[in-house]
Amino acid sequence: MTLLQLNDVTRHFGAIKAIDGVTINIKPGEIVGLMGDNGAGKSTLVKLIAGNFPPTSGTMLLDGEQVAFSKPVEARDKGVEVVYQDLALCDNLSAAGNVFLGREIMKGFGPFRWLDHRTMRTRAAELFAELKSETRPRDMVRKMSGGQRQAVAIARTRLAQAKLVIMDEPTAAISVRQVAEVLALIGRLRDSGVAVILISHRMPDVFSVCDRVVVMRRGRVVADKAIAQTSPEEVTALITGAKAAA
Amino acid sequence: MNTISTQDADAADLTSVMKLSERGWLSHLLRSQEFWIVVAILVICIAVGIMSPQFLSVRNLANILQNFCFIAILAIGMTPVIMTGGIDISVGSTLGLTGVSLGLLYSNGASFEIGLIGVVLIGAFVGLVNGVIIAYLKLAPFIVTLGMMSIVRSQTLVVTNNQVVYDFGPAQDMLIAVGAGSSFGVPNVLWAVLVLGAAMQWALTMTRWGKYVRAVGGNEHAARLTGIPVDAIKVSVYVLMGALTGLTAVFLVGWLGAATNALGQGQELQVIAATVIGGANLLGGFGSAAGAIIGSILIEVIRNALLLAGVNPFWQGTFLGVFILFAVMLERFRTARS
Ligand SMILES: Nc1ncnc2c1ncn2[C@@H]1O[C@H](COP(=O)(O)OP(=O)(O)OP(=O)(O)O)[C@@H](O)[C@H]1O
Ligand SMILES: [Mg+2]
Repeated sequence: MTLLQLNDVTRHFGAIKAIDGVTINIKPGEIVGLMGDNGAGKSTLVKLIAGNFPPTSGTMLLDGEQVAFSKPVEARDKGVEVVYQDLALCDNLSAAGNVFLGREIMKGFGPFRWLDHRTMRTRAAELFAELKSETRPRDMVRKMSGGQRQAVAIARTRLAQAKLVIMDEPTAAISVRQVAEVLALIGRLRDSGVAVILISHRMPDVFSVCDRVVVMRRGRVVADKAIAQTSPEEVTALITGAKAAA
Repeated sequence: MNTISTQDADAADLTSVMKLSERGWLSHLLRSQEFWIVVAILVICIAVGIMSPQFLSVRNLANILQNFCFIAILAIGMTPVIMTGGIDISVGSTLGLTGVSLGLLYSNGASFEIGLIGVVLIGAFVGLVNGVIIAYLKLAPFIVTLGMMSIVRSQTLVVTNNQVVYDFGPAQDMLIAVGAGSSFGVPNVLWAVLVLGAAMQWALTMTRWGKYVRAVGGNEHAARLTGIPVDAIKVSVYVLMGALTGLTAVFLVGWLGAATNALGQGQELQVIAATVIGGANLLGGFGSAAGAIIGSILIEVIRNALLLAGVNPFWQGTFLGVFILFAVMLERFRTARS
């Protein structure tokens, strides 16, 4: 059973082939590291999967069903969630406010409905407890550490019952202790059957949580290997081009 | 899907965490901008009251409570605009246009209701144009509403041909009764402030719209990514601002008994000042209707106190300016400490 299947997907920006004939398969509950030098096409690939724009050519299957997203909302409705490094949280809202942003729980009677803050806080507290994060639902995101912010963003995906979570450089700007925290969060996502695509420049992160690593160079996939069958040295060589393909 | 089980220990943690944060209302109060502005108002009232007892007379206090209301309604409308990270400096001009339009509608025989609805729609239309240009053409709110300020003021002169309107036809009695009258011992316009303030406060804290207004001001990009209709939210705050400006015109013209084309001139500064003094952040994301009302009271108290203290009225702007700076620094201080 494959969750996500990309077949010979290409994306051009004018003359630039940002993505050039990419074929990848991802199974449920699998953590795939996506690595590559700057400009290799990682973010573009993620944006394709997340529905920011359609591919120029090639097909994409989710749960065996062909999909063509043109808006992120469409991808989200199909269970694809993206955790952006720091772009997708509102600093001036509470943790619970962010978790439920755009998916508010309402109460009331008849056509009169208003925000059910209490239920949202309780649900958010449950999600943080599941993730074993010390984030408190009422705290402002503005005052949170990088790790706690990640927990808020990940809690959002839990709420959405995502099947596939894409994380773009989640550990780029946080302290060492928090990196461990975020990697543990990723592990917990896998335990609950969610597939994760982890974009990272950090070799230790990829080698500690991922099941597989996909290496991209100039828009092409140059390697797609199980973690057990490769090494940081080999991946580094693939990224830089010292080794052509594997 | 939720196969990650919640342990009993976690559940216990959960309740203790919730309790802890519910206990903090006192520190919450001490950290709120509104509280400190109320303190400032009380201090000014006591100080001026000692210097000139006339200030605390029932008559003068009633006067203050009537006068602050016009700015207050506009400031209630300005709050969500500023919370989205926008600004509307065309309100003064729009107040002028809706004021003289009201006069012209009534002098041409319109009923009270038609005039009221008419100017609310005219105000909303000005807001719609502002909002659409800001949201869809992505131009800076300051510049868009600066242009609108000029256009609308000029149109005010065009439609009145520089005449003052003080004949309100069949709607005259009703207009004066609404603008200058009281219900249950409280001026009608003060009722309007209380009702609109409560409604706005509720909308900002208890509805999706209010949360989205906050989210757009906090992080527009994030709001867009989560599927919030950012552009529609932006348009809505300017339309609401315009509609409330039309409503203010009804009370103001009824109170003054005349509509002149200078109506509202320079008022945008007081409205923005009131909103900011009350805790709204010009960078977006923060603000409250209660704060806007309290800020309006402070502005009127300063104006009134200086008059009674016999201070040369040319000094008013200096005092107001000092308070704006003071409020901004207070806000900075509060957010830095917490
Ligand atoms: N919207 C766009 N228009 C034109 N070119 C684009 C666009 N988006 C990406 N590209 C180009 O596509 C290529 C791949 O970019 P992409 O952002 O996917 O790289 P990346 O692997 O995410 O790099 P980084 O590690 O720096 O984030 C680059 O050459 C980039 O300039
Ligand atoms: Mg990138």
